[in-house]
Amino acid sequence: MTEEMIIAGFGGQGVLSMGKILAYSGIMEDKEVTWFPSYGPEMRGGTANVTVIVSDSRISSPVLHEYDTAIILNQQSLDKFEKAVKPGGILLYDPNGITKPPTRNDIGIYKVEATKTAVEMGNPKVFNMIVFGSFLKIKPILNLNNVEKGLEKSLPERYHKLIPLNLEAIKKGQEIVEMVNEVQPV
Amino acid sequence: MGEYRLMKGNEVLAEAAIRCGCDGYFGYPITPQSEIMETLMERQPWSETGMVVLQAESEVAAINMVYGAAGSGKKVMTTSSSPGVSLMSEGISYIAGAELPCLIVNVQRGGPGLGTIQPSQADYFQAVKGGGHGDYKMIVLAPSSVQEMNDFVDLAFELAFKYRNPAMILTDGAIGQMMEKVELSEFKKRWTDEEVTDKWGSWATTGKPVSRSRNVITSLEMDSLKMEANNKRFQEKYRQMEANEQRFEAIQCEDAEYILVAFGTSARVCEKAVEIARVKGLKVGLLRPVTLFPFPKTVIGELAGNVKGFLSVEMNAGQMIEDIKHAIYDAGLHRKVEHFGRMGGIIPSPGEVVEALEQKFIQEDI
Repeated sequence: MTEEMIIAGFGGQGVLSMGKILAYSGIMEDKEVTWFPSYGPEMRGGTANVTVIVSDSRISSPVLHEYDTAIILNQQSLDKFEKAVKPGGILLYDPNGITKPPTRNDIGIYKVEATKTAVEMGNPKVFNMIVFGSFLKIKPILNLNNVEKGLEKSLPERYHKLIPLNLEAIKKGQEIVEMVNEVQPV
Repeated sequence: MGEYRLMKGNEVLAEAAIRCGCDGYFGYPITPQSEIMETLMERQPWSETGMVVLQAESEVAAINMVYGAAGSGKKVMTTSSSPGVSLMSEGISYIAGAELPCLIVNVQRGGPGLGTIQPSQADYFQAVKGGGHGDYKMIVLAPSSVQEMNDFVDLAFELAFKYRNPAMILTDGAIGQMMEKVELSEFKKRWTDEEVTDKWGSWATTGKPVSRSRNVITSLEMDSLKMEANNKRFQEKYRQMEANEQRFEAIQCEDAEYILVAFGTSARVCEKAVEIARVKGLKVGLLRPVTLFPFPKTVIGELAGNVKGFLSVEMNAGQMIEDIKHAIYDAGLHRKVEHFGRMGGIIPSPGEVVEALEQKFIQEDI
């Protein structure tokens, strides 16, 4: 198993930390992982993205130009990365702020109302964990116990009291994700 | 030990310095390597191992602090990125001329000039051919993973002391900024002055006992004949490095018809390019130099006998390709050697590498 993904959105949406939790959860499951962030001038425009690879075997290139999965959290990122999903791959997005939804029909498209649900849950910050939950529902590549361990490892101890809330958000994301376009066999 | 962590290359390098018993770090911040000093300042090793961490007023000051501390036999280092390393080059030449061990880390960014802060490998020539003035060489190690950012710190210091010569870790912004799974080394105690003398001989300025004459650290020699003798000694040392320290990794080279040669980040890209090429039925392998000086020319000479050609893949306009050509020439062979690279902070994609290989070699062969 090798899962090559990009997570992209605005800075402050928890893009990099979602990637970090994902990668740490992978380590807890004895997998190889890489986490490669955009840094520097790209970030100044307000967008952030991170390439995360989780694999059973040694990872070659940490930098990719096409992905199995794209997790998209704003319009700019959708414009940039929809075309970079491999045929037969997955695109997961939050429709909040999206004016031009994805149009490809050779990939699986899923949406999750994460921004809205996070506000309903009373904590907008768990937004990224709702999205993470939706991803895990579509591609159950990680065991939830290991995700919990990954959260423990990636969050500073003073935030450990928030782990139950994060897990709740992950479960919520698993429940509310909607399929827009079925995954097309390549 | 045994515990895996997820850390950035820059953070790992800082942690590895503390754990290998480094005595002092002197540096000046610059993207994309500022996390090294940030991590050291946050870890406060002075209260744990006694390691000094100091932010100098400039790169020039930092390298001269390294020079001074290295002269007293201490295990010291600095880190910077391309423009900062240019500023340090004078000091590095002095350190090489005074035959002192130290570690310099270059987390490269795109140049020339202030350039960009994105990853690059355009300082290959600067690292392996000199950079500063005079006929000197550094031992240059090129990590291609976060794990090697841990492993090569201790190795670089060992080699630096073994040869009493500056060693460099030449990496780039991608490996510095990337997080991977890493197993950190165990803590080693800092060496005492006596341990340094026992292990590496008495050359440092540790205070003159009655039992020996003064140890003088200088790169200056007004007598040209003596200076030539110094140079001959340096050259003999560099030949020793070439004889003993060539390191590399060979991936799927056994049956390869074409070999990609790449180090650091571009080697990771090429590993994927090999996977893609093999699926297409092309017999392609990867040779990854781990030491850039000494360049692994022996293995390239050996491989040259069995392959149709080499593609040097670098994030620059073509620098290492010269050393590949020399290695083949030294082996008494002729082989086609081509270069493919991206510049200015762009990382080539694995697909581009395969395309370049097909264009430069395979289509012409048909």
